[in-house]
Amino acid sequence: MPVIEQTGTEEVHPDVALVEASRNGDTAAFEKLVRQYDRQIFRTAQHITQNREDAEDITQDVFMKAYNKLEQFQGNSKFSTWLTRIAVNESLMRLRKRKTSRTVSMDQDVQTDEGSIPRDFADWTPDPEQQYGTSELGDILQRTIAGLSPGFRTVFTLRDIENLSTEETAQALGLSVPAVKSRLLRARLQLRERLSRYMKRNDGRVKP
Amino acid sequence: MTCTDFLARMTDYFDGEVEPELLAEIKAHLCECHHCEVLVDTTRQTIRVYRDHQVYELTDEVRERTVTRIMSACTGKH
Ligand SMILES: [Zn+2]
Repeated sequence: MPVIEQTGTEEVHPDVALVEASRNGDTAAFEKLVRQYDRQIFRTAQHITQNREDAEDITQDVFMKAYNKLEQFQGNSKFSTWLTRIAVNESLMRLRKRKTSRTVSMDQDVQTDEGSIPRDFADWTPDPEQQYGTSELGDILQRTIAGLSPGFRTVFTLRDIENLSTEETAQALGLSVPAVKSRLLRARLQLRERLSRYMKRNDGRVKP
Repeated sequence: MTCTDFLARMTDYFDGEVEPELLAEIKAHLCECHHCEVLVDTTRQTIRVYRDHQVYELTDEVRERTVTRIMSACTGKH
């Protein structure tokens, strides 16, 4: 059984002990890990696939695969990052299956800069929650992020919604740090541009 | 600093990863360039609004069903 490497004085992440216990057949320890990350894995899967049923299936598959592959977890990334990488790969695979006519990959549509050059420079309403109800705002957010290509959606989801660090996002996506940074910039700009039409101030006030 | 220069550094600026000297240049640009100022504000708002409104959540019912399925598949191995 591979021993998880610990580097120097760094604090040991509590997941490490749970992973070790799970490897030794302690299913309660594994259930703790499942309950710790199932929501995050589900959200990531749904953001990428844009399909709730797929995301539910993927969440199950990710943890089952992870359990069978626990021996392969080396501990050079966080356990949650390792799980996320499995989730991203499963999600992209689902997308490919659904959209047979189009290839789907992390690289899709990221070669063109169109749509990421800022054009709309209007101020936004400071309080979109007030302007739209929670459910309408939820619809707007969902529709808007769905318009991004999977590669951009995924980077934005991991880095900005799930709050992974740039390095963790790079590990989860199998990309370099500079590639993550450049995709993140374009994803944020595209999303901002698309949201702008809903968020512009409509009280006629123009900032000097 | 031009708007293009700023855009190239915006991600590092958001992450707090710019050297003090460059940071001063960025701040000077944002003071004099309304476009980039709005760009920063609205991009931050974009991130915030998505963080505050998780659009996809696992319902308790689906969650319990999912965990049960995962655990029964895993315990079956032992
Ligand atoms: Zn500017």
